[in-house]
Amino acid sequence: MKKYLLKGNEAIAEAAVRAGCRLFFGYPITPSTEIIEYMAKHLPAVNGTFVQAESEVSAINMCFGAAGAGVRVMTASSSPGISLMQEGLSYIAANELPVVVVNIVRAGPGLGGLGPSQADYFQATKGGGHGDYRLIVLAPSTVQELVNLTQDAFDLADLYRNPVMIMADGILGQMMEPVVFQERETRQLPAKDWATTGAEGRPRNTITSYSLQNEIGEANCLRWEAKYRSIAAAEQRWEQYMTDDAAYLMVAYGTTARIAKAAVQMARKEGIKVGLLRPITLWPFPVDGFKSLQGQIKGYLSVELSAGQMIEDVRLATNCSAPVHLCNRQGGMVPAPEEVLERFKEVFPAAAAAV
Amino acid sequence: MKEVFKRTGALTDAPFHYCPGCTHGIIHRLVAENLEELNLLGKAIGVTPVGCAGFCQQYFNIDMQGAAHGRAPAVATGIKRALPDRFVFTYQGDGDLASIGIAEVMHAAARGENITTIFVNNAIYGMTGGQMAPTTLPGQKTSTSPFGREPSVAGYPLDMPKIIAQIQGAAYVASVSVDSPKNVLQAKKAIRQAFEYQLAGRGFTFVSVLSTCPTNWGMSPVKALEWLRENMMKNYTLGVLKDAAAQ
Repeated sequence: MKKYLLKGNEAIAEAAVRAGCRLFFGYPITPSTEIIEYMAKHLPAVNGTFVQAESEVSAINMCFGAAGAGVRVMTASSSPGISLMQEGLSYIAANELPVVVVNIVRAGPGLGGLGPSQADYFQATKGGGHGDYRLIVLAPSTVQELVNLTQDAFDLADLYRNPVMIMADGILGQMMEPVVFQERETRQLPAKDWATTGAEGRPRNTITSYSLQNEIGEANCLRWEAKYRSIAAAEQRWEQYMTDDAAYLMVAYGTTARIAKAAVQMARKEGIKVGLLRPITLWPFPVDGFKSLQGQIKGYLSVELSAGQMIEDVRLATNCSAPVHLCNRQGGMVPAPEEVLERFKEVFPAAAAAV
Repeated sequence: MKEVFKRTGALTDAPFHYCPGCTHGIIHRLVAENLEELNLLGKAIGVTPVGCAGFCQQYFNIDMQGAAHGRAPAVATGIKRALPDRFVFTYQGDGDLASIGIAEVMHAAARGENITTIFVNNAIYGMTGGQMAPTTLPGQKTSTSPFGREPSVAGYPLDMPKIIAQIQGAAYVASVSVDSPKNVLQAKKAIRQAFEYQLAGRGFTFVSVLSTCPTNWGMSPVKALEWLRENMMKNYTLGVLKDAAAQ
């Protein structure tokens, strides 16, 4: 199989094209800009269309229209731009439109900085915009996984009629790694008979989330809630690393999962029985992965590039059955594996002493 | 017996929710008649605003999408780029288009997006109960300009068709009124021209329609039409402001 050496952002864009994405609407922002540049350059060759929107607000609403017309569509941005898309995401979720959104997260809040960050975790997994809704949130940690999850994202969006977010950061977006584009087993996807394509030969379709009748509003909410439950039951994904005999667990996704994995390897050389649980879906959070290990784990270390956001889901997933501590850097800074191991020993002195 | 008038099949049987004397009903009919006469019911996709016309997907007998406040031209852009051979229009009020959605409409025009925007200007926010709009006239009383719009505090109204007409990507811009039978016929003609230009792929088309809001203006329907003639028609430019094909 042919191998390509690709930058993470380019790999996402190429994977999207290969997944049948033919429309892209975007607005430039560092460190995600290579995605929109790649789409601008490569979509015309596959009879696709790229439009540079006047703002992220417009870009996400163009995605709304295109998804409503039944076409595979994507946008990409970075944190401040994703903030501007929250209104549109709420509407897209309410109208159950399949849209793929890439967030190459940078440090915040405000204009923040260009360094890697995971501080958009709450925004991505807890709603972000107004109302009760969920995005399916995928968190790749290698360039190959950026490819695979981007392709999956389009299927998940179509299958569940739900917006899907791919969350990475500037390190993954800018990093070059070899990738292959595998032939994928495609899922059985439902026909888009709800799309507004012109009502020729069928009853007319309307896409709207507005209702002044509270009874209808509640019925809608219950329908969405049931869908989110079914996604949570069927789509949790995670990776376990050196967990068979682990007494302690590091929990990390994306960039920090790579660092935590190195820290686990260092700890193992010292004889410390620690493993890694790497959430691949941030929503639904892989609670089943935690459940399978709960009896054996004496403590958890959530490794994050934020003030501690995913740690709340770790506590919920483990029902606080063992202590959960935080190892973090913020504002664009990244911990070294040594730093993670040092923090681990600091909060779990018994783990190191047991060796 | 010769049939001289009938309901257009482009409108559903759902009764309008609009207040008595509101001209949305007339404007809906003009849009609908043109859709039907141009045989567009099977290929048209309309985009609705937020505001009084936010329920109009109930009334047009075609595929419809409901956009967030002001975003209809962006949503319509997405539809048109996905399905370039379909007919796409937005129907927006003055709060939706001239205030929160001004970027979306200006850039849709700038891109020469091959869609049509019907802009209904009644100089006030209707749905929220009569607040000042960017189109509210100087001195006009609303619930958020209770002493009359004072330009030193609240600035001046925007004449949207005049602004849009200056954008190169706009192919056709007309400003009409539906206050009299003669003007209703002219408004229908303007909408027809805009629709035909879209079908010919000429670019962005824009028809502004001056409208009344008797409820929030605090007037009878008849008085509201008089007020429109005496005030709005003097403040807003009327006529065909741009016709790229004729130039």
